[in-house]
Amino acid sequence: MISSFLSFVKKESLHILRDRRTLLVVIMMPVVLIVLFGFAISTEVNNVNVAVVAPDRTDGVIDAVNRIAHNDYFTFCGYIGRDEIDTQLRSGKVNAVIVFAPDYDRRMAQIAAGVPSKPIIQLIVDASDVNTAEAATAYMQEILLETESVQEMFETRMLFNPQMKSAYNFVPGILGLIFILVCSMMTSVSIVREKEVGTMEVLLVSPMRPNKIVLAKMIPYFFISCVVLAIILILSYYLLHVPMSGGVWGIFSLSLLYIVLSLSLGLLVSIIAKTQVMAILISSVVMLMPVLLLSGMLFPIENAPKFFQWFSVTIPARWYIEAIRKMMIQGLPLVAVWKEALILLGMTVTVFGISLVRFNDKLE
Amino acid sequence: MSDIVISVRNLTKRFGNFTAVNDISFDVYRGEIFGFLGANGAGKTTAMRMLSGLSYPTSGSGTVAGFDIMREGEMIKRHIGYMSQRFSLYNNLTVAENITLFAGIYGLSKQTTEERRDQLLAQLKFSSERDTLVGALPLGWKQKLAFAIAGVHSPEVVFLDEPTGGVDPVTRRQFWEMIYEAAEGGTTIFVTTHYMDEAEYCSRVSIMVDGEVRALNTPTRLKQQFNAGSMDEVFRSLARDAIRGELLI
Amino acid sequence: MNVIEVNSLSKSFGKTKALDSVSFSVEQGELFGLIGPDGAGKTTLFRLLTTLLNPDEGTAKIEGLDIVKDYIKIRSRVGYMPGRFSLYPDLTVEENLTFFASLFGVKVKDSYDLVAPIYKQIEPFKKRQARNLSGGMKQKLALSCALIHHPGVLFLDEPTTGIDALSRSELWDMLKSLKTKGITILVSTPYMDEAFLCDRIALCNEGRILGIDTPPGIIGKFDSQLYTISADNMFALLGAARKIEGVLECYPFGQTHHLVADERFNEEHFREKLEYLGNLTLIPTEPTIEDVFMNLMKK
Repeated sequence: MISSFLSFVKKESLHILRDRRTLLVVIMMPVVLIVLFGFAISTEVNNVNVAVVAPDRTDGVIDAVNRIAHNDYFTFCGYIGRDEIDTQLRSGKVNAVIVFAPDYDRRMAQIAAGVPSKPIIQLIVDASDVNTAEAATAYMQEILLETESVQEMFETRMLFNPQMKSAYNFVPGILGLIFILVCSMMTSVSIVREKEVGTMEVLLVSPMRPNKIVLAKMIPYFFISCVVLAIILILSYYLLHVPMSGGVWGIFSLSLLYIVLSLSLGLLVSIIAKTQVMAILISSVVMLMPVLLLSGMLFPIENAPKFFQWFSVTIPARWYIEAIRKMMIQGLPLVAVWKEALILLGMTVTVFGISLVRFNDKLE
Repeated sequence: MSDIVISVRNLTKRFGNFTAVNDISFDVYRGEIFGFLGANGAGKTTAMRMLSGLSYPTSGSGTVAGFDIMREGEMIKRHIGYMSQRFSLYNNLTVAENITLFAGIYGLSKQTTEERRDQLLAQLKFSSERDTLVGALPLGWKQKLAFAIAGVHSPEVVFLDEPTGGVDPVTRRQFWEMIYEAAEGGTTIFVTTHYMDEAEYCSRVSIMVDGEVRALNTPTRLKQQFNAGSMDEVFRSLARDAIRGELLI
Repeated sequence: MNVIEVNSLSKSFGKTKALDSVSFSVEQGELFGLIGPDGAGKTTLFRLLTTLLNPDEGTAKIEGLDIVKDYIKIRSRVGYMPGRFSLYPDLTVEENLTFFASLFGVKVKDSYDLVAPIYKQIEPFKKRQARNLSGGMKQKLALSCALIHHPGVLFLDEPTTGIDALSRSELWDMLKSLKTKGITILVSTPYMDEAFLCDRIALCNEGRILGIDTPPGIIGKFDSQLYTISADNMFALLGAARKIEGVLECYPFGQTHHLVADERFNEEHFREKLEYLGNLTLIPTEPTIEDVFMNLMKK
């Protein structure tokens, strides 16, 4: 029966290849998302509007302000009062505010003499555009630090995006999302379509056992998912410069586990759903929405109400995204995410098991 | 007032290189039951669409209920009734709601709607079912109701696209009696069917093959002409010559 | 030997009794027709016999195998063509056939002799996607796919519904030639006129069997006098005839009407009463399957 299994896989692949548009969407979606995040968020520092708060306009302060004002990348927008900082930043008129301590000159001299000091310059930056903010901050520090002074003289505060979520912070989220789409939605739709068209009746009235039908259905989608995974990883590395110092194989193997889990979820959906529309609805409402809202992809879970925090524990994507984030961005090895990996494995075994048992070889 | 309700001359419809309907001409008279037969892919559906104002012919001319099929498609839609086997009624609405809905679609006034609704329900002996969901009715009842609703706005022509598929013989007879009654009252009936015995119920029958009307006459004359015992034989001897049925995309 | 044995099978879906204690049997090499309108329970019966559903009550055997206990064995022995279009529309004719062959673990060339007479007609279009075939062609392909593994029993659920009269008669010719190869065929149809193409038929309505016999045998069950009547005004004739004494039924039948009468009916009296309709004819007629069906339905 091996040959019948292979021909089933071939037939399934033909379905996918013939439906060019869907295939194109599936392959292009991650590319578009990554490129969008990579390029739309430019890291080039240009035309940063800077305002200054200086209670005493001493020589040292004026000197420092002049250095900023004469730099091509910064535009000096004038002195403002302490109470105006928030409104100016919020209105977008300025991108950064430099706040000098009242006795700046004296304390600067102390620092120069090596006496430890509290920060004397505060940089308040609009971090909604993370990469620009980071680069601008570093540049401003360099300009202001004309003397061989120490880092401690600065206190930097990033507004509007305190977690400093940047382009590549979205990559784990995109991965978590894409596989639910590709695997769960497409598998369930392809199985339910056979129910709708009537071919499922003929398949069941054949010697091919249901578990083989199911496996054969999963294989092509598993393969597509691997291609998509490779595309995302390559683009993240070369285009977004995501570190992945924890090793790409760890990320890859954990993703494979998550792909199998998503496929099993799709199978489960196909058992419940009777029409393609229903399959899409269940996949999107029951699976996609929680991934977007509760997996920590868009909002930090810690800020969610207790109930949702508790609920998010049941969402596979939450664990996957968390583990991938650790491996991709913090550069931890696979061993460091053993807890998440184990939870995902448990979920996979459970969901796949339930699906296989429930996938009936009868019509009821 | 003319007694010709549908009149088409040299009607042609092409899709790219493919001529679905090729130069057909015929007249249908008031109160006639006109059977429109053809093999799968002979161009019946395309022709019906043009006659009911759903698509424009590539060339040729015609009028339906006095309106030009080239220019007055919207007016045609208002003056004809349409019923098909696939789409007819809303299953999740009751019998009365369906009638009211379609009466509303055709712009009947509130008072006329109520009158027509009670009249239809009485005529169908459906008064006890007025608040039953259409989905819960047996298929034959649904088809009868669908036919009644297709005539809710007293159209001059009613188009029936395979109206009796899968219906039991008793209900099918009742359905045809309704058709006779409507025709007797002056409504013109334009009907397609795969049941060849139903072709015999028609006043006149046209048979399409490869996009052309190959035969048009009363069932009796057609049987004489083709030296056949039944309409089934007439149809088969014509359809056998079809060259394109299987090539149709 | 009976290839299909059905003993008081019942099946309900919620409140609807789809099948109500149905029994019949089909012999080796027989072409058996289930004839009845939608809602007669034909599809449910097919799904029970092809082991897609389990019955609520009753038993059935296919080639001696129980449809509940031995369902896996049955599945490799029967060919099934469901009522709906059951092919992959995005696969070509050839790909569909190859796929169904491999599903049953056979090669197309091994069963080619059986399939060839049917498949040859669509072979010129083998590179075409199934969605682009005409209704008759689709049915031929579906039949080829259902035959590809040399089944002993063939289940065909309404294979002629929705296809034109010519394709329908071609399909029946194919079934006749399959029968000569010893294949037992159970076929359903809503077209009463197809009854005479079967060896034996069961008339079904609303989950029950109204009668089982050979087509002539079924005709013999008609126990009243039947006439063909006509007049100039056919519609008026219908209403007027029903009012005459001894007329049980009068209904349209093709270009004429059929009139069912009991012993009180008097031909002379009828003619006298309805003469005014013009060109009145009254001719005794042999009943058709459809007349019998309506007759049995009313009982």
